[in-house]
Amino acid sequence: MASPPQTPQTPTDNPAATRSRASITARTLRTDRWWVPPLLTTLGLAAFVIYATVRSFMRTGYYDAEQHYLTPFYSPCLSDSCVAGSAHFGTPIGELPGFIPLAFLSLPFLLGFRLTCYYYRKAYYRSIWFSPPACAVAEPHAKYTGETRLPLIVQNAHRYFFYAAFVIALINTYDAILAFGGENGVGFGLGNVVLLVNVVLLWAYTLSCHSCRHVTGGRMKHFSKNPVRYWIWTQVSRLNVRHMQFAWITLATLALTDLYVWLVSTDVITDLRFIN
Amino acid sequence: MGYQAKLRVWRGDDGSGDLQDFTVEANEGEVVLDLIHRLQATQVPDLAVRWNCKAGKCGSCSAEVNGRPRLLCMTRMSIFSEDETITVTPMRTFPVIRDLVTDVSYNYTKAREIPSFTPPEDLKPGEYRMQQVDVQRSQEFRKCIECFLCQDTCHVIRDHEENKTAFAGPRYLMRIAELEMHPLDVADRRNEAQTDHGLGYCNITKCCTEVCPENIHITDNALIPMKERVADRRYDPIVWLGNKLFRRNGG
Ligand code: SF4
Ligand code: SF4
Ligand code: FES
Ligand code: FES
Repeated sequence: MASPPQTPQTPTDNPAATRSRASITARTLRTDRWWVPPLLTTLGLAAFVIYATVRSFMRTGYYDAEQHYLTPFYSPCLSDSCVAGSAHFGTPIGELPGFIPLAFLSLPFLLGFRLTCYYYRKAYYRSIWFSPPACAVAEPHAKYTGETRLPLIVQNAHRYFFYAAFVIALINTYDAILAFGGENGVGFGLGNVVLLVNVVLLWAYTLSCHSCRHVTGGRMKHFSKNPVRYWIWTQVSRLNVRHMQFAWITLATLALTDLYVWLVSTDVITDLRFIN
Repeated sequence: MGYQAKLRVWRGDDGSGDLQDFTVEANEGEVVLDLIHRLQATQVPDLAVRWNCKAGKCGSCSAEVNGRPRLLCMTRMSIFSEDETITVTPMRTFPVIRDLVTDVSYNYTKAREIPSFTPPEDLKPGEYRMQQVDVQRSQEFRKCIECFLCQDTCHVIRDHEENKTAFAGPRYLMRIAELEMHPLDVADRRNEAQTDHGLGYCNITKCCTEVCPENIHITDNALIPMKERVADRRYDPIVWLGNKLFRRNGG
């Protein structure tokens, strides 16, 4: 059977190239309050950033010498500027000037981890950069190149921040365990519960990371060849579905944990003790 | 009980057009497409609308209702209050042909640009064997009904017509992920996903996932895993070194 002669398509043969979009000038026709979620996101992030910045530079109320509670905002504390007992890994570094936070080794990585996190990216691209502010609401920028060039191409390094955050989660776990031994030996109080809950949720956030999902198993083509990694991938995937929730919950628990240690160590409240 | 619903429908073609107001009877259990059909039958016989299955399975009736990309046949009238004006417009990202009908050929062009399934050379059709766990992940993406709502809502092209040449859109980036995860596909698609199909333009803001009528987790299960694979190939010196030392190719 002879096939019909094929004529190559030129732009003028192709109606889509000449047709234009429907003439609708409104930025969006959405009638719901689409601006509420980006607004709440901005407020939530701003509240945490302000609290965390103030606390990181404060240098008081971060370690309770009696119960050995150390806030995650000052861990690991490695310099001679740290109050006695708070340096769980010794003090290899001398005095630090006031403009450097005592947890200078972990904070940049934790900040980088959250800044390059796939969820937080979504959150700030939408609510701070308005790109887009909400679905089907036009963004205000004339040009858009996404994550194709500097600086945003750096987001591809997220996995390295994940590796760092994994180590820091181990350190926080160690801090929480050490807090079971206070000045009067082994004990257990509300502060321990607070530190423990915080650490468990930090693990949930860290392990539900998309890069973690990729390196543990997602990058494989054949799950059947590696049942152990497949199993790990399934578990990480289960956590991953809730990554956004963990992102917000851990912001709250980090701030509350820090607040609790701050109040207890400055004797504003007394720690509720269950044992010793 | 029926009521008179207020409908505002975009009418026109690629030259010009505007939103026009109508009052159409609505009955219990109806969807927006029912009202569009009633409008066509009783008041505007030449109203253009595309549809086929009325069951959310053919992907023909894609449009925007109150500014949100939706299937007309799956949008229940009961989600609106009776005194609300319901605005129905064609998909914004594609050129309009007439009224609610758009020219979606951008999507077919992009589909053709993705290199097809590439099995190992020595494997003949009929000899394909694979395990369920290995194909499971990519099967989610095969639920797609090609409604192009995700393409319509994606701000990369919705707000920037000029990005259409460089960007394949969520539907076709998901197709690349599907083949990349396929146990019998031997092509390495990671570099081209970034350079030829524009994966880097996606900023994972998840609007495609929000509108997908098949509830496919496009961003979490296709686009982000694909970004991670691209990072393996292009941006991760340790993976690169590992591949050099152990002569792997990212299996
Ligand atoms: S997640 Fe990416 S592909 Fe999906 S709508 Fe957003 S930018 Fe487009
Ligand atoms: S992925 Fe979902 S929204 Fe996109 S074309 Fe397929 S069914 Fe439609
Ligand atoms: S921490 Fe959110 S994706 Fe990695
Ligand atoms: S008519 Fe088939 S999906 Fe709506």
